[in-house]
Amino acid sequence: MEVRLEHLTKIFPARDKKSSEVIAVNDFDFTIPEGKLIGLLGPSGCGKSTVLYMICGLEKPTSGKIYFGEDDVTDIPSEKRGAGLVFQNYALYPHLTVRQNITFPLENLKGAEKLTKEQRNQKAEEAAKLVQIDGLMDRKPGEMSGGQQQRVAIARALVKMPKVLLMDEPLSNLDARLRLQTREEIKRIQQATGITTIFVTHDQEEAMSISDYIVVMKDGIFQQMDEPQKVYDDPVNLFVAKFLGTPAINVFEASVKDKKLYIGEDQVLGNVNIKDGPVWCGIRPEGFILKDDGALKCSLTGVNVMGRDTSIVSTNPNMTGINIRSIISAEDLKLNSKDSVRFDIKRSKTLLFDKDSEVRIYYD
Amino acid sequence: MTKSGVRKEGIKGTLTGWLYLLPALAFLGFFMIYPLIDVFIYSFEEGFNSASQTYFGIGTYNYRYVLRDPYFLQAVKNTFILVIITVPVSTILSLLISLALNSIEKLKKLFQTIYFLPYVTNTLAVGLVFMILFQKTPYTDGLVNIVIKAFGMTPVDFIEGPYWAKMLVLCVYVIWIVMPFKILILTSALASVNPIYYKAARIDGTSKPRIFFKITLPMISPIIFYLVITGFIGAFKAYSDAVAIFGTDLNASGMNTIVGYVYDMLYGDGGGYPSYASAAAIILFAIVLTITVINLIVRNRTAIEE
Ligand SMILES: Nc1ncnc2c1ncn2[C@@H]1O[C@H](COP(=O)(O)OP(=O)(O)O)[C@@H](O)[C@H]1O
Ligand SMILES: [Mg+2]
Repeated sequence: MEVRLEHLTKIFPARDKKSSEVIAVNDFDFTIPEGKLIGLLGPSGCGKSTVLYMICGLEKPTSGKIYFGEDDVTDIPSEKRGAGLVFQNYALYPHLTVRQNITFPLENLKGAEKLTKEQRNQKAEEAAKLVQIDGLMDRKPGEMSGGQQQRVAIARALVKMPKVLLMDEPLSNLDARLRLQTREEIKRIQQATGITTIFVTHDQEEAMSISDYIVVMKDGIFQQMDEPQKVYDDPVNLFVAKFLGTPAINVFEASVKDKKLYIGEDQVLGNVNIKDGPVWCGIRPEGFILKDDGALKCSLTGVNVMGRDTSIVSTNPNMTGINIRSIISAEDLKLNSKDSVRFDIKRSKTLLFDKDSEVRIYYD
Repeated sequence: MTKSGVRKEGIKGTLTGWLYLLPALAFLGFFMIYPLIDVFIYSFEEGFNSASQTYFGIGTYNYRYVLRDPYFLQAVKNTFILVIITVPVSTILSLLISLALNSIEKLKKLFQTIYFLPYVTNTLAVGLVFMILFQKTPYTDGLVNIVIKAFGMTPVDFIEGPYWAKMLVLCVYVIWIVMPFKILILTSALASVNPIYYKAARIDGTSKPRIFFKITLPMISPIIFYLVITGFIGAFKAYSDAVAIFGTDLNASGMNTIVGYVYDMLYGDGGGYPSYASAAAIILFAIVLTITVINLIVRNRTAIEE
């Protein structure tokens, strides 16, 4: 089921006289295609949970509309929308067993939808099998690991076969190894069921690795929606560029003069077809080429070998942030000096942004 | 480290532990255990005289006397009725009020104060109020009777009238006295249930009653058990409540409680019988212990089944 948000806005009123109102979600307007896995990405407190809560009906939008397919569900109560939600902290009922937790939503069905006990149990078994916890049906949540609880929460959200599955930071309470494993699992479950899924995270790597599309937001404002690689290669503004990628993009104060890009005194690119003036210049870590007579002069701080790649840590007076991280493949690594290093930079990995608005400037 | 080293340290550690506990244990021993043992011994000493510290013999005579004393049997009956009525009624009423309080966000604080007032008010003062509400005097029939009359029914003397009327007043009084504490505990228990469970239940379209019975109630059940157990113990020990309404001669008004009987046997008009008092006290102790153990067993059983 396609999910369409039209000028969706949520304003939380001020709690008391000292605080001011919070615009948690500001004019969201985009469409989530059917059967895809969408990563909703943004820093903590930017309104991701609020978006999910509005889609499933736990929060009422201040203005705007939500469509499931052709149906306007904005004023439909949450239980009639057919959305399943996996909470950040799982919200499994601690006094019920796994089986009781999973059948809980089914026991609420009334009228024609009402199921017998056998049917309910069978559906619960199916959902449990899908998330591979079918051997743990009689345990209580407290007797399970975080990863297993997470699967139970997913099974509970899936058991009614929702039209839309919403997950609020489903991996944030897991340790690093389990997180990797579980995110693959989520991808597999989503593909197996074909349910349109929105997956919230503040971890860009997580979003990039499993999403069909990612939606980046900041302070309640929609920034960009596209395939992960496209957003990475082609961010619309400095915020998105900085938010995606590890190590993060290196940002310099730069300037354009006579179609040439300067970082300090160093002319790093030619053929820059924009008007003269200061710009932000972002260079991806893989955008550096180690070269004895390279254009960009930096002071060397250190070299980190991380398996296949080597990261050179250096500094430059015009950089922002604490250092410059560049990734060089190990065979190219030839350092002639202990304290200085020079790079040429790749045009395709160099992004320019307006100095004031931080909006992307295309310079070709 | 050698084995003996470990052992030494272990013994030393335990010793320090006991030393820390010593003041509390000494206090408990002196004021709780020692009197309990003493009472137990008195209860088997026939005709003990506290002035001369003498007795005739040792045996179960005191128990046989007490268990045949109609005043004691009346007191046991009164106490049991009081327990059986007030504990469930006050717990359920408190739960209903707490639920209502919990849903009225703005008035929560104010109401909590109002409902808590009886708890910090002297029981005798509350008793006085109850007198005004229920007592018949030459000048007035009491507020409740005035209301009863207004509905065209015959007024009842709640303080000196029929047994059921007096029992009713006593029960209402006890319920009234214990509710504030229960409401306070239950409102905080309800508030401590993580709202995320209610959100989850809402998405699944869970009805209000089902949310209450399947989520809220199990989650606050330890607190309810606590209130029921302490409620039982408190109601078994009721005494001042009856005095506040019916005066000190409770045997005459037929409204005595077990603790009241013990008191009367010691200090009342017909008192001066520490042996009988001790036997009655030990019987009460046995009853309360049994009920508490049963409560705990029931609680453990349900906890496992959940
Ligand atoms: N019920 C609420 N009342 C007031 N403010 C809220 C409420 N829920 C969230 N907010 C505010 O809205 C903003 C977005 O919150 P949230 O959607 O939880 O962010 P995220 O999930 O991205 O971390 C935050 O500034 C938060 O403080
Ligand atoms: Mg959140």
